[in-house]
Amino acid sequence: MNAGRMAYDILSLGVPFSVALLLAALGEMFNQRAGVFNLGCEGIMAMGAYLGFLPAYLARSGPYGPWADVLGFALAAAAGALLALVFAVVTVTFRAPQGIAGIGLQMLGVGVAGTLFRHFTGGVTGVEGVSAWPIPVLSRIPLLGGVLFNHNPVVYVAFLCVPASWYLLYRTPWGLRVRAVGTHPRAADTMGIDVNRVRYQALMLGGAMGGLGGAYLSLCQAKMFADDLVAGRGFIAVALVYFGRWSPWGITGGALLFSLAQAFQLAIQVGGIHFPYEFAVMLPYALVILVLALARYRALGPTALGKPFNREMRI
Amino acid sequence: MPRRFALVYAAGVVVLAAAGAAAVAAAVLAVIGASPWATFATIVTGPLQDVFGVTEILVRAVPLVLVALGVAISFRSGILNIGAEGQILVGILCTTAVALWLPGLPRYVLVPLCLAAGAAGGALWGGIAGVLRARFDVNEILSTVMLNYIAAQLYTFVLRGPMIDPAELMTGSGTPQSMRLVRAAWLDRIVPGSRLHTGLVLALALAGLVWVLLFRTTLGYRLRAAGAGAKAARYAGVPVERSLVVAMLFAGGFAGLAGGVEVLGVHHRAIEAISSGYGFAAIVVALFGGLHPLGIVPSAVFFGQLLVGADMTQRSAGVPANMVLVLQGAIILAIVSAKMYLNNPYARQRVATALARLGIARGASPQAEEAGP
Repeated sequence: MNAGRMAYDILSLGVPFSVALLLAALGEMFNQRAGVFNLGCEGIMAMGAYLGFLPAYLARSGPYGPWADVLGFALAAAAGALLALVFAVVTVTFRAPQGIAGIGLQMLGVGVAGTLFRHFTGGVTGVEGVSAWPIPVLSRIPLLGGVLFNHNPVVYVAFLCVPASWYLLYRTPWGLRVRAVGTHPRAADTMGIDVNRVRYQALMLGGAMGGLGGAYLSLCQAKMFADDLVAGRGFIAVALVYFGRWSPWGITGGALLFSLAQAFQLAIQVGGIHFPYEFAVMLPYALVILVLALARYRALGPTALGKPFNREMRI
Repeated sequence: MPRRFALVYAAGVVVLAAAGAAAVAAAVLAVIGASPWATFATIVTGPLQDVFGVTEILVRAVPLVLVALGVAISFRSGILNIGAEGQILVGILCTTAVALWLPGLPRYVLVPLCLAAGAAGGALWGGIAGVLRARFDVNEILSTVMLNYIAAQLYTFVLRGPMIDPAELMTGSGTPQSMRLVRAAWLDRIVPGSRLHTGLVLALALAGLVWVLLFRTTLGYRLRAAGAGAKAARYAGVPVERSLVVAMLFAGGFAGLAGGVEVLGVHHRAIEAISSGYGFAAIVVALFGGLHPLGIVPSAVFFGQLLVGADMTQRSAGVPANMVLVLQGAIILAIVSAKMYLNNPYARQRVATALARLGIARGASPQAEEAGP
């Protein structure tokens, strides 16, 4: 097998593979920057994946294909924001412990997505999905064109979200408020910022992005839905936020690292290299643990991460 | 009558939380066009129609009790182990391996040895997450989730490769499952004609032992101290990092034991999809049981009924069994929310004031509550 060809395949597969992780992790970044640790991301992605898939599934063989995909993404974002709203009520208003509540949200999201899937779809069915939109001139650049400019439109949008998230977080008043309530909520409160309100907003934005990440999985990547489609990507997205040190650029690097590991794993299987399939699938998960163990991140995190804000407590 | 009001308040919070969880489930049921009432009724009454249904509830409750005991130990020690699913699988592999390799041993040696191997395997798998947290500060929720996925792959690999039943290879069907274990390794059946096995006795005995461990030993006190406040515990001389590892060894050990009991008691061979969500359900069981061994036993029976009932609704009403996960998730969210209000005297006082202003519950005026906690 030609090593150069394999490297090209890995790169051109790895870039679109990173999008679901990237969108979800950027969303989770806003949550954590605001001080809320949303472990329910997995459930949000599962809901997004199914609701994104549903219109395309219902409209298959009809003339409305592309519009169904657009509707799917909108539904996915709305469902993600709605689940995040539930999470916000539980963790911000009721001030419940975020870790356990996140496990609950994950079960709820995965459960609802699975129930709806069994009822409305029944079995694994493919959809046409979103096809590639090569960018006119750039996609014809040798090698680089195929790796970067020959993907479906959501890939380009997702990568534009990276500088957009950076701008939102570091260059707008809202981004400053998000960072303030995640770092020193009492000071933010003193300055007249409604801490809980900003946290609600950040959670819902993160939820919508997680939903979009899920819809990307079903509509653009797998072009079908299955119970285990998300397969831990929501948790990996949470881990990526730690790995990327709460910065959009670091998160992008992490998302690419994992998607390349996944593409590598697929290339091994396709390339007929003798290696147990199960161990290849383990690779990205083992990588997460390794990366978390080696990344020294504690000192850099938002200082109020995981701490509910109680306006009446004077400590 | 502030005392009576406190009771009414607590009951009100619990009822509201239960109603919230039920409303979420009912909304999902309404979306898929099923009648919430009929579904809930089937879940509650369906499994209780005959003796077999009741024994099935207890069959499900056995692994739930065992795993939930481990979850309770870890949660109380300040480490959120959600890796039970993977620890169960590793436990199953170790138990099955011992039973397959030493089939000639007498029954009273083989069964304990198999179960010990399962517990050791689970403890090892859980211990990884404990060490990662204690030494490298790796968030245990993330590491245990990842270890779940790794264990699932390891499990299929072993069942498809080294441990596959030779008969499967000969007939060519290739179902990933191990050979049937020798009869000497099987746990006895308690009720003839059912699947209920002596693992139930083991689970109940261990619930008692965990109560002793947590509330009557120095080790248990240290674990709980580390969980209640790591800084204070460290100042008082509790080795917090070591406690985290010990807690994860216990948690993994109980999950691995549950896997072993499930193999020896119910399936008599390692098969795919053996655990089917016990690891996650046990988290709900443990929380619902107040992270207390004596609460976990009834809570496990309740959730055992939920699992059996959900299977019934799938067959009779066409409601997918995934509905269980919806209920479990909603129940967790309801429990953690309710807890914040149950133990919060300020919230109670605010409710009392509001009610008094409306002219209801005159005895619950703020003045009466002033003495407070």
